[in-house]
Amino acid sequence: MTQRVVRIASGQGFWGDWLEAPVRQVEGGPIDFLMMDYLAEVTMSILQKQKSRDPTLGYARDFVQSMERILPHAIERGVRVTANAGGVNPRACAQAVGDAARRLGLTGKVRLGIVSGDDLLDRLDQLTRDGHALANLDTGRPLSDVRERVVSANAYLGAAPLVEALRRDANIVITGRVTDTGLTLAPMMHAFAWRADAWDLLAAGTVAGHVIECGAQCSGGNCLADWQSVPDLANVGYPIVEASPDGTFAVTKHAGTGGRISVASVTEQLVYELGDPRAYITPDCVADFTTIRLEQAGPDRVRFSGIKGRAATDKLKVSIAYFYGYKAVGTLVYAWPDAYAKAEAADRVVRERLARLGLRFEALRTEFVGADSTHGPLATRELDRNALPEVQLRIGVRARERDPVERFTREIAPLVLNGPPSVTGFAGGRPKVEEIIAYWPALIDKRVVTPCIETLDV
Amino acid sequence: MRVRLAALAHARSGDKGDTANIGLIARDPARYPLLVEQVTAPRVAAHFAGIITGPVERFELPNLHALNFLLHGALDGGGTISLKTDAQGKVFSTALLRMEIDVPDD
Repeated sequence: MTQRVVRIASGQGFWGDWLEAPVRQVEGGPIDFLMMDYLAEVTMSILQKQKSRDPTLGYARDFVQSMERILPHAIERGVRVTANAGGVNPRACAQAVGDAARRLGLTGKVRLGIVSGDDLLDRLDQLTRDGHALANLDTGRPLSDVRERVVSANAYLGAAPLVEALRRDANIVITGRVTDTGLTLAPMMHAFAWRADAWDLLAAGTVAGHVIECGAQCSGGNCLADWQSVPDLANVGYPIVEASPDGTFAVTKHAGTGGRISVASVTEQLVYELGDPRAYITPDCVADFTTIRLEQAGPDRVRFSGIKGRAATDKLKVSIAYFYGYKAVGTLVYAWPDAYAKAEAADRVVRERLARLGLRFEALRTEFVGADSTHGPLATRELDRNALPEVQLRIGVRARERDPVERFTREIAPLVLNGPPSVTGFAGGRPKVEEIIAYWPALIDKRVVTPCIETLDV
Repeated sequence: MRVRLAALAHARSGDKGDTANIGLIARDPARYPLLVEQVTAPRVAAHFAGIITGPVERFELPNLHALNFLLHGALDGGGTISLKTDAQGKVFSTALLRMEIDVPDD
């Protein structure tokens, strides 16, 4: 089966993104596929914790609610969904979506695809015994440094297993840790029967995926270029890729929606989280962002062409999460006059009290929100200190042990009565001690990770 | 004439671990060569002195009239470890836009 143009809509740029977006994409005009990205680097560890407490959890539950809202329309119109909402438990996620479909009276009309095999947690020791070092990509340290504190370990799978699930006629494909770009590339490979070694085509689909994987961030959201003239963000349209079999595509949005799709808005998204632009590495290919040609092809329509790619590497990225320690952040607000000086004085008081208590921290960081928290000294050297109407003092601490962090949380509130004057903003109570789950990026040989594809008829 | 990058370019930033990336995009493609010439990796490293602890890498994307910078050691450990408000480097890009470069009078 090959089609002329395939429309792939972005319905979710991260777990926590706009709940209305998927509904508006399905109901706002014609689309063929809806892709939904749920997994950030640390999301898997949160889901792993949930699953360890309850084996029926460990996936993005928001996704099930979204499916309840869109399934009747999607099934009626033949819209198919790709989503990495399965987290560390894609089968349980599929069960929950199946239950929702039955409640909606869609029994017999829905086939769910399930992609797993990315979860390496139970295989870690065998893999290291077999010589897979899983060394930290940034620091080169061996995994043994943190092995006993690992909470999750997932390989990033590519588009191939989704393509297989679509070939088996799944309406909704639910995956574990699949790359964000794979969710968009897979529908193209499926619809156009692209070969797994058609590197330029796969690179084009990967670029398309990168553009829409953050939802409205390419269609006027968080867009700095002429931001004040971006129309109607309250009604922002999420992006839609209109893909052609030759690897060219347009990025657009539904008519009547707000936001803006321009060369500028799309370029901002292209450079987002970009490393070496000649080597954008995914499990599917290596895309060269310096070959992308952009053209404004109409209102809210940018045309992409010329994209080149190279052969995929023989590695997969592995995202490992491990327990690191504890942190807490406390804040207070100081008012004019001398707001900044009062906040600085309060910071000195806190630091002296912490030192006298003999508390040791791996890091103790002070920011003055309103003055230096985003631009640091680049901002303060141009600042009229006395003009600031208010400054928020923000002190954070980090330690491997819980006790010093816990004790720190008791040192903020007293300042309201026993520190510098004109202080407020303590309604939130004591700072909360947070567990830090840190991220350990590594590589693994592709051949030892076998994706698993199943279907489940509702 | 000294002009702030904010008047000549727009930008977006993101993170990878403890590294922030900044994509700097010329508003007018005709100004892109000025960015290439003056917004060098050493100049950006000097701009962020005291803010980042590692080196700066630069990549050119002439097709997009854009430069991509990697600022290493920018995020206090990055991700969940960082105590920074901007732990994921989301607004690092705007700090670069404070830089001033020479623009020929024409």
